[in-house]
Amino acid sequence: MNNTLSKIENEEAKLPEAIEISGSKAVLEALLQENVTTIFGYPGGAIMPIYDALYDYSEKLKHILVRHEQGAIHAAQGFARTSGKTGVVFATSGPGATNLVTGLADAMIDSNPIVCITGQVFASLLGTDAFQETDVINITTPVTKWNYQVTDATEIPEAIAKAFHIASTGRPGPVLIDITKNAQLQLFDYKGYQKCSHIRSYRPEPEIRNEYIEKAAELINQAKKPFVLFGQGVILGKAEEEFKTFIEKVNLPAAATVMGLSALPTHHKLHVGMLGMHGNYAPNVMTNECDVLIAVGMRFDDRVTGRLDKYAKQAKVIHLDIDPAEIDKNVKTTVPVWGNCKKTLPLLTALLKNNDHSEWVEKFRELEKEEIKEVIQDELNPTTEVMTMGEVIKVLNELTQGDAIITTDVGQHQMVACRYAHFNSSQSSVTSGGLGTMGFGLPAAIGAWYGAPEKTVVAIIGDGGFQMTLQELGTIMQFGAKVKIMILNNEFLGMVRQWQQLFHDRRYSFVNITSPDFVAVAKGYYIDGQKISEREDLKTALETMLNHDDAYLLEVMVGKENNVFPMVAQGTSVSEIRLK
Amino acid sequence: MEKQEFTITLYTENSVGLIGRISGIFSRRKINIESLNTSPSEVEGIHRFTIVIHESEEVVRKLCRQLEKQIDILKAYFNTDDEIVWQEQALYKVPANVVTEKVYVERLLRQYGASTVVIRQDYIVFETAGHREEIDRLTEELNKYGLIEFVRGARIAIIKDSAGIHEKVLEFEKKEPSHEIVENEYLDQQDNVFTM
Ligand SMILES: Cc1ncc(C[n+]2csc(CCOP(=O)(O)OP(=O)(O)O)c2C)c(N)n1
Repeated sequence: MNNTLSKIENEEAKLPEAIEISGSKAVLEALLQENVTTIFGYPGGAIMPIYDALYDYSEKLKHILVRHEQGAIHAAQGFARTSGKTGVVFATSGPGATNLVTGLADAMIDSNPIVCITGQVFASLLGTDAFQETDVINITTPVTKWNYQVTDATEIPEAIAKAFHIASTGRPGPVLIDITKNAQLQLFDYKGYQKCSHIRSYRPEPEIRNEYIEKAAELINQAKKPFVLFGQGVILGKAEEEFKTFIEKVNLPAAATVMGLSALPTHHKLHVGMLGMHGNYAPNVMTNECDVLIAVGMRFDDRVTGRLDKYAKQAKVIHLDIDPAEIDKNVKTTVPVWGNCKKTLPLLTALLKNNDHSEWVEKFRELEKEEIKEVIQDELNPTTEVMTMGEVIKVLNELTQGDAIITTDVGQHQMVACRYAHFNSSQSSVTSGGLGTMGFGLPAAIGAWYGAPEKTVVAIIGDGGFQMTLQELGTIMQFGAKVKIMILNNEFLGMVRQWQQLFHDRRYSFVNITSPDFVAVAKGYYIDGQKISEREDLKTALETMLNHDDAYLLEVMVGKENNVFPMVAQGTSVSEIRLK
Repeated sequence: MEKQEFTITLYTENSVGLIGRISGIFSRRKINIESLNTSPSEVEGIHRFTIVIHESEEVVRKLCRQLEKQIDILKAYFNTDDEIVWQEQALYKVPANVVTEKVYVERLLRQYGASTVVIRQDYIVFETAGHREEIDRLTEELNKYGLIEFVRGARIAIIKDSAGIHEKVLEFEKKEPSHEIVENEYLDQQDNVFTM
């Protein structure tokens, strides 16, 4: 390997003389220049030249061999969510690339910066139904922020530079670069790598308009009952401090979307809970009572709004978002504040008059008491014999003190974890919010651990979802990702069963799922673990899991037919949220 | 909101596969494209799409935001018919004898400013351009005289109240000059490209 290559500095991107290198090598050089350290991937014939080149780079680029490409992309998502960096994925053509589609869709809707590099058949074979050829560009178009097929090695540096720029700026998202095998093998005159900071047709951040900031401030200053909703935009914009200053200045009550969790510490005095279908009672009800609704970096998903025609009709809406297409998409906005909230929030804060909304915040606290009495008390301190998911999370909180990164899968356990887990610091909640992808939790935890190896990573997963990607135990085994896996086993596809119970007359159609001996399965992968079903074992078992030096699997048997409440049933308004 | 005809004008990079991305944005929302034209624009390297749809203003506005969000799309405009100058082209294949024998047909073609493209013993091909209704009317009339074949081209439109894209592009470039020399090519040729 030519050692001089990686040392090329960005600023002086041009070498005195061009060096002849292969397209594959150019790919890896590009990754190094983009400060990539970790790649999640799976090889195959069409990406073999890149893997061959990787052999020489293995000291600088860590490659995590997953057990399924879906695992690679979810891991990259977990990595991106906890590190704030761009996640990188390698996959081969055809089946390798199509296995990425779910993860791409997930990353797209949850705005995760991901760069996928897929191998493709020789350019001369494109369109011939060649072995393992699929039209990856067309398949992935709706689920990528941008994609591009490279058929000539000379295009590689620029394509990858663009990919990183696009994936990580503005509203982040997944990008896919499909590289034909001939381009990987082709030798060309490499003139160095230049990072991309500008693309003519791409405006990552809209211009901030002062007149709108002023109007927004005016509305907030006049408001009697202002209410803030915050989403992942706060985290993506690294605007946690700016956000805190903003709400603290005039005591604005603030509620998180599922994707916004951990942007504000759970115990912050102005944090009034989680929004949405299984969110908290107070913020859902009060949405329809506030006079000014301030949405920060969130997109009014239907799981948050319930029935749109009854959503916050009384309120003037201020929407802060980096993506102009989100403004007015679902909820009509009175004042749009385009831009990165890291920049717009301070401008807005500066114009706020010193009002105090403590009394209004107190109203949330009153409703919270009602929710505690009706739901939370029983969930966290059950008197029944069987364990609830909530009490497991409660003990976890006691032991981790809110310092762990929590990844979840999808289902009841996800909603319970989102409702009850404590988060002290940002980027510590990793869940599939927009797509609701079962099978996400385990691989995402692996990626989260690589993204923040100094932290404890706990994956909370259902018995159903675990069986969708449990092969990633193999990745944990081989690469030593020290993730703590907690399966909350209710012997049902619980969330679907809950809906069947509530809306389909208890007709439990194919939601009864039997599971293998999970502990034995883990043991097969040389991962320690245990299964418990008694409350008295819970704390010790969790301690054992957390104190264990390596990865650990804990299976907790919980109530079979427990439900997650409160709930905003589909097609109802957020203020019709039911407590039971 | 009431549905009406809108003409969407997109300025885009000339990149492979973009049409798939664009059409996906329509089909995903079950919006039918009535007409679609793509051609170079006044700026070298930038393409222009003209798309006609029948939708409410609100839908079109949202659609244009989604379109503009695409990396390779520089700008999306939407206009009602009275805000644009537009044309559609049509070709008609008519049996030769009806033109030579029927005075009325000849008058009709004259009236619509149709011009002859091909003359053969058995048929004649005419060409005309105009608004949809005009073309429809002529088609209807010629139908009575044994119109053999008819085809209409996609709408092309000029926005009455616009300065074109070049100023916007220049503005973008001034603020954040592009590193990619290829994309800056036209800047060197300002006089050639931008005098209109
Ligand atoms: C890939 C995928 N398939 C199907 C679903 C539909 N779904 C949502 S929640 C759920 C049940 C999940 O069951 P389990 O993993 O056991 O978790 P629980 O709800 O019991 O906590 C299902 C099937 C989904 N979200 N994702």
